[in-house]
Amino acid sequence: MSTVANLYFYLCGFIAVCGAMIAVTAANPVRGAMGLLTMILSVAGLFLALHAQFLAAIQLIVYAGAIVVLFLFVIMLLGPSARAPRDQRGSVSRGFFSGLFVLVALVTMYLSARAAVHADPLPMADNDFGGIDAFAKSLFGEALIPFELSSALLMVAVIGAVAVARGEASKVETPAAKRLREARASFETGAAPSTGEAAE
Amino acid sequence: MIPLEAYITLSAFLFVIGGFGFLIRRNVIVTLLSIEVMLNAVNLAFVAFNRAHAADANAVGAHTGQVFAFFGIAAAAAETAVGLAIVLSMFRLKRSVRTDEADLLKN
Repeated sequence: MSTVANLYFYLCGFIAVCGAMIAVTAANPVRGAMGLLTMILSVAGLFLALHAQFLAAIQLIVYAGAIVVLFLFVIMLLGPSARAPRDQRGSVSRGFFSGLFVLVALVTMYLSARAAVHADPLPMADNDFGGIDAFAKSLFGEALIPFELSSALLMVAVIGAVAVARGEASKVETPAAKRLREARASFETGAAPSTGEAAE
Repeated sequence: MIPLEAYITLSAFLFVIGGFGFLIRRNVIVTLLSIEVMLNAVNLAFVAFNRAHAADANAVGAHTGQVFAFFGIAAAAAETAVGLAIVLSMFRLKRSVRTDEADLLKN
């Protein structure tokens, strides 16, 4: 039992790290999105091992079902120009500070991993911990107001995304708008002499 | 069995990979992918810390970490929608997805 749990953790963790590396380093964004998908699936597997069954389902539905698909839509919409051409301007300072960041993080991770060697295993969890019933009691109990506010967040995000993505498309004249403008112009040029005659 | 520290180490490793990609890549889409990697790492840490206090499922605040991860997923969805809309708008304006082409607010 113990070795199976260990093997599961290491397998999921290894796949997650590989997926994250592919997502970050791939030159082709489609491959990057596939790497993100791999990472999301294995993190959902880790959620299952952590007694968070409902969150694992949400992770699959929202991340793998919606976010990755949205990324793929945009990559397909941009076509070949989604691959930005490489150039080397400013890459020395960029590489230096990124390397510094990774170095500091690696030292922290070494300390954390050293603590993991002698740490106690996680305590036994209740059987219904992380299930829909217990999770909903927390979500609709103490977190009810943030939950309702998050609907406002999503609504604002949808309206904002539509407003930003429409962009210049509204300036392009549709055929109906063109006919309307021409009709209005011809009515005004045609109507001006007739009113002049009526005045005489 | 796996201790809490192993999950936290894995979460930190994923976060560092995402942060490294965010710092070093110039493609806006890959930058957004890196942000998603980082958000996922944070969610993993939330759930792992909550699992360490999972003795009583019906206590008040027993699922606080999972509720935080839930809101993190909602925020990530909103962020992706707005971010990709901005990418499309910038591509329409500049015909490019490079981050150093986005200099409308410069000077």
